[in-house]
Amino acid sequence: MSKILNTQALPYCKGCGHDLIAKSTAKALEDMGLDPLDVIIVTDIGCHGIIDSCLNTHTVHGLHGRSVALGAGIAFGLESPEQKIIVFIGDGGSTIGLQHILEAARLNLDMTVVVHNNMLYGMTGGQTSGLTPCGFRTSTSVSGNPWDGYDLCALAHKSGAAYTGRIAGIGDISSSLGEAFAVKGFSLVEVIEICPGYGVKFNPKRKLSEIIESSGKLPGKWENLRDPFGEVQGSKSGSLFDDLDILGSDFKSSLEKPFSLIISGSAGEGVQLAAALLSSAVVRSGLNVTQKGSYPVTVGVGFSAAELIISPDPIGYHGLDNPDVIVVTSVEGLAHCRSRIEKMTGGMLFIDSSLQSPQTGADVRSYDFRSVGARAACLYAIFIFINSTGYISGESLYRTISDGGLADKIPVDKIRELTDQWSNRG
Amino acid sequence: MQRMTDRKNVIIDGSRIVIEAMARAGADSFIGYPITPANLLYQYAAQRLPLMLPAPDEITTLQWMSGLSACGRIPVTATSFPGFALMIESINMAFMMELPMVIILVQRLGPATGTATCGAQGDIALLKGMISGGHQLPVLCPYDFNDCWNLSARAVSLSAQLRTPVVFLTSKEEMMTRKSFDLSTLDDIEPLKRSYYSGDKPYTPYKPGENLVPEFLPVTNDRWQVRLNASTHNPEGILQHSSKEALANTRRLEEKSLRNLPDYTICDLNEQKGAEILIVSYGVTAAAARDAVAVIRESGKKISMLIPKTILPVPDICYKIIDSYKRVIFAEENINGQYAKVMFGERLPGSIRIVGEIGTMVSKEQIRMEATR
Repeated sequence: MSKILNTQALPYCKGCGHDLIAKSTAKALEDMGLDPLDVIIVTDIGCHGIIDSCLNTHTVHGLHGRSVALGAGIAFGLESPEQKIIVFIGDGGSTIGLQHILEAARLNLDMTVVVHNNMLYGMTGGQTSGLTPCGFRTSTSVSGNPWDGYDLCALAHKSGAAYTGRIAGIGDISSSLGEAFAVKGFSLVEVIEICPGYGVKFNPKRKLSEIIESSGKLPGKWENLRDPFGEVQGSKSGSLFDDLDILGSDFKSSLEKPFSLIISGSAGEGVQLAAALLSSAVVRSGLNVTQKGSYPVTVGVGFSAAELIISPDPIGYHGLDNPDVIVVTSVEGLAHCRSRIEKMTGGMLFIDSSLQSPQTGADVRSYDFRSVGARAACLYAIFIFINSTGYISGESLYRTISDGGLADKIPVDKIRELTDQWSNRG
Repeated sequence: MQRMTDRKNVIIDGSRIVIEAMARAGADSFIGYPITPANLLYQYAAQRLPLMLPAPDEITTLQWMSGLSACGRIPVTATSFPGFALMIESINMAFMMELPMVIILVQRLGPATGTATCGAQGDIALLKGMISGGHQLPVLCPYDFNDCWNLSARAVSLSAQLRTPVVFLTSKEEMMTRKSFDLSTLDDIEPLKRSYYSGDKPYTPYKPGENLVPEFLPVTNDRWQVRLNASTHNPEGILQHSSKEALANTRRLEEKSLRNLPDYTICDLNEQKGAEILIVSYGVTAAAARDAVAVIRESGKKISMLIPKTILPVPDICYKIIDSYKRVIFAEENINGQYAKVMFGERLPGSIRIVGEIGTMVSKEQIRMEATR
């Protein structure tokens, strides 16, 4: 009496290789001295998958083609290295889920995949699969499959599987399966069988050994000497809040009502960083802030804009209908904001002097922001804006920059000097 | 854990709050596949959660999560529509197998790849119909940072409590916009304590337990056999065509999320006595709605507001509240009134108006204009 199987009357057609695989799997596990609950068998969709009810092991029956990924998830979560994860999958499932097999092999996860390769989709009417050999006839290629099938063993081996083997599903295959089960790491055994329903029907005179021979994918085994997957995780934060600066209200502000600002420049020119520094200075001035980024999908190309709301009161909605101020430091920044600038009926536009301001109702102020270098232009513009509006102090921004250790990386003294010159002039 | 009593002003984004809250609540694994605008969640999860694994695609993501969940872990992922679309068959699997997990869906402008860096609220109709058979997963939707904190923790505990995947629905602006925020306003989070089947008879993985939820036992235990099954199955987890007990199990799945809905119904109702107009809004648009309500009230007009946070299944209380108003305005960032139609069907009652937008956030002015015309 088998410990692994609860019946010898398996639900397969006479002569089906699935019956042989199930019984040989049970024998191999018993020969290894494993108890049923030491084993988790994950099954795919296909005739092989109906084995579940005959097993005394843990059973997990998932989706078509995904059983190797599902088994991989269990391998990641396994606490005892003694437990065996065995995935049963067909040639159809291996085709749809090829990526999952390669990934599990690449990571060398401790599990065994047993591929029930009967060279066609047996459950759905005998259609051609990705593993159907050239010349093999199926219900959808009645004159023979014109293409070669994947060499699954070669793919798994090249991906890094510790053990890969191909065998014919004839006789007792328990020792071959046992060899794979004993491997620490990823093992895959491809068992070639012939479907007694469709395979025999469409290829009546062919023998399994001849089909294997003519396919060129011969029995064999291939090994990679590798350690099995070991979880490697970097150091972890105790709390994501530990990285945040707690901002005290060490500066004063004269702002009495909400105020909105758009800083619009080019990606890669420090727009978001400048906006972040301003946001911190704003909070250090006892105010509330929201900072919404806007940029295309690409990194380092095109516009980059930050939309800020600054308010003495808590801010709910953080969208900007009509900004009070727009700061533009580059051509891309102008293109992004042009229509909003044109719609302004008041407020201020700070624009780089190399750019032509669109028609606008805003008070236009032109400065040579880019003279301090493209990457510092935004910050220079922000200093000018702060100086012109007086809502927060230049000192609060300066201190935010130096406290953040950025004083060496940004020509902040030069920016301050220029800003002071402008303010003395103005 | 001590309550944070002193004011702690920081500048923070919603992604950081969500992952920290889920970690404290007991989420222990994150499977990541990068997609804008969900990338901050992935980055923070890599720093914070005990296990983080990079998957090669979103189908694998959900399968790995399901395997981890079968082992007794609470996995989390974060994605946007293109990735979520790939996950749907596997979410159906996790729903059928009754595996706890949290999927954070950060909405962006569609269809298809749409605009990765533009927010939206366009996936509600999809969430309503994503499980074959029309069954529903719990979908929780935060509207501010305190919600991000509380609902994230609730999503984790709810997934274990109901043995189900839970969708945490957000959008680009909620997860990426940085805001000043006082961390001391966050409540303590009680970490999840899971209990497993401990009976002395063989375990029946889909036997209805309290509130129709079967007790859980990891597939790694060495005491009782566990069977998990994504196909139609009986309480033992054995595949069946359409036996009475297997169909009863499928019916139980339908009833499980609905019968327990009162336990996880979360909404904010701000009623004004005598008001005949109600604004219904959720997620990112609810902030605009709240500002619009303040402006409308200042002008002397009476108005009430409902912010559902348990978006799906639709809680009964939302219908009761809506039914008590003469005019109802749904404000959401799509152009087809998706939540209104989820609630009332394609042919909306005459009392309902929708305010929608794509490509930009719905503004408080748009809501105010509809409410005051």
